[in-house]
Amino acid sequence: MISGRLKEAIAGIFGKVDVVLAYQQGFDKLHATPCFMTMPAQIDKLIWNPLCVHNLTGYLPSLKKKKVAVVVKGCDSRTIVQYMEEGLINRENVVVVGIPCNGVISVNKVLKETNHEPIEEITFGENGKILVKTLKGDKTLSLADVCPDKCKTCQYPTPIVSDFLVGEPITSDKSPDSVYADIKEFENKTLEERLKYWEKEFDRCIRCYACRNACPMCVCQDSCIAETRDPHWISQRSKLSEKFMFHMIHALHLAGRCVECGECERVCPMGIPVNKLKRKINLDMKELFGYEPGVNPEDKPPLYTFNVDEVTIKEHKI
Amino acid sequence: MADTGFVQKEKLKDFLNELSKGAVVYAPCLEGDTVIFKPFDAAATLCLDRPANNPPKLAMLPQSETLFSFKYKKDPEDSRKMSVELEANTDFPEAVIFGTRPCDAKGFRIYDRVYIDTNTPDPYYKGRREKTMIASLCCASPSPGCFCVAVGGSPAYREDSDVLITGLEKGYFIEPVTEKGKAILSVPQVEDGSQYVEEAHKKQSESHALVNNPFAGDGQHEISRALFDLDEFWERVVSKCLSCGACTYLCPTCYCFNITDEQSLDNGERIRSWDGCMFPHFTLEGSGHNPRPTKFKRFKNRVGHKFIYYPEKYNGVIACCGCGRCIRHCPVSVDISEIISYLRGSQFELTNESSENTGVDTNSREQK
Repeated sequence: MISGRLKEAIAGIFGKVDVVLAYQQGFDKLHATPCFMTMPAQIDKLIWNPLCVHNLTGYLPSLKKKKVAVVVKGCDSRTIVQYMEEGLINRENVVVVGIPCNGVISVNKVLKETNHEPIEEITFGENGKILVKTLKGDKTLSLADVCPDKCKTCQYPTPIVSDFLVGEPITSDKSPDSVYADIKEFENKTLEERLKYWEKEFDRCIRCYACRNACPMCVCQDSCIAETRDPHWISQRSKLSEKFMFHMIHALHLAGRCVECGECERVCPMGIPVNKLKRKINLDMKELFGYEPGVNPEDKPPLYTFNVDEVTIKEHKI
Repeated sequence: MADTGFVQKEKLKDFLNELSKGAVVYAPCLEGDTVIFKPFDAAATLCLDRPANNPPKLAMLPQSETLFSFKYKKDPEDSRKMSVELEANTDFPEAVIFGTRPCDAKGFRIYDRVYIDTNTPDPYYKGRREKTMIASLCCASPSPGCFCVAVGGSPAYREDSDVLITGLEKGYFIEPVTEKGKAILSVPQVEDGSQYVEEAHKKQSESHALVNNPFAGDGQHEISRALFDLDEFWERVVSKCLSCGACTYLCPTCYCFNITDEQSLDNGERIRSWDGCMFPHFTLEGSGHNPRPTKFKRFKNRVGHKFIYYPEKYNGVIACCGCGRCIRHCPVSVDISEIISYLRGSQFELTNESSENTGVDTNSREQK
């Protein structure tokens, strides 16, 4: 069992770090929750299963002064790589406990399958079979049907960086072309259709900033343009223009930085597909600069540097 | 006229369309997989199966509203003199909040004490409140994270609604609770409900037992002030908090606001908009000092406001209605009911841990 081996690995790290970031059971059977473990007695509470959806690395920049061990999935590990590229963490202060991952669940998709009934019991079986018990009866689901979209095209099931790897490495069997297939399809819509789509989606936004705060790469924190009064970029009105502006700035600040962990979209209480914008910009960055965020610690993010001769930008050739 | 009414399932949309003729009807509608309260129109898809993601508070406390607009005017005789023209609108349309849950309705009672039952009632809130009818739908089954029965509510709690609606096999049973609520019986689609009384009351009592009570079995324990004032406690329970505003903005009992002047060259508006105590800017003072500089202090305030400060001010009324939204929609599943359980000492796990390992003996502090 991976969780048994994970507990062993973490028991071995205790004492060498100030805090261990891992998962424990949340308020119901369908939710895990991040736990900040500081005492060996907490190890028993630790869990590892497809409920462990959160990207725990987002806490690292705020814990920069501490020695931290963090449990990461393949996708989460890209954040650590990106932090290294941008100098946002002291790598020597972070112990990365990597777990090769076959996919996690999307809470919303499971709830949709079970008509939003409270889950009495959820069991993860072999080959991605999930047995869900509710007061209204049992249901068998397949992980492939209820995983977040990012898992369907995952290229990095095994963490790219780790100090301990718990479990055997997994190689992705998903086509690299599938990653942006949905974005390319979306781009086929006309400008008017796309504008209409986003206006409808952003209209629901309540400006709670869960997407921003859950984003591991949103590091401006209290100085976000969404809230500062001086300079006064965005008013406190709850009009579409304000919401639109905030989301555009959020997306643009992540150009060539977004590691596509999908936390922004997962946490949105209003179900707005905010990750789509960021992935669109990442696709542009990939096409323009041949750059993919969070895959190689030696990389330099394109907007962190300047080349007189950009090979892929023809217009700039002298 | 009959005391109760009944609307057949297939007539519900007609009923709402009829209601919409004389009032803005806020109803839970589907957008994708999200259920949101918004003004109902014929194109909307109603969703009454589960509580809406957002509470209906926007109907009486809009996310952002203009308190007044202002315009500077130059004196034509003397260009050095300026006058300011102010314009305020406190005339609001009739409104109905349809299909909200009894817990959400309870939230409005919590606002009333602050915005109306004072010597300076708020004309905006009061104006909307007086023109709004709350028609709540009794919960047939609990939602993940909800705990209304632990904070004095129930799935069929009627006190704070004008009308209580119960979903039955063939339609919706309608019981007016207040004088204002009786008006709903005169809508053409409403027929006599007397033959459904028994079925409805049976349904109402059934759902009560299904709701989780995280405080059950802890007797009459009060919140431990010693534990509440212990910094280590908050660091332990809310380290994972992301300091976003999902909990406060989705809370039917959170009512804090910000006031800003949104100004252009010679005119502008004074705006009142939602604000949340989880944001660092909320208490940031002009001097640069912030009395609640950490998320631990901010979270403590949120819990304190709902479970200590508000009850102290208003006859022990808890300012939490147990709707569970802050738990369900929290990005990292911070569970306020679990935190209250710890504070009431009904679960000692956390305090035992801290006494063993951090050298803080919370039990002995409690006795001091």
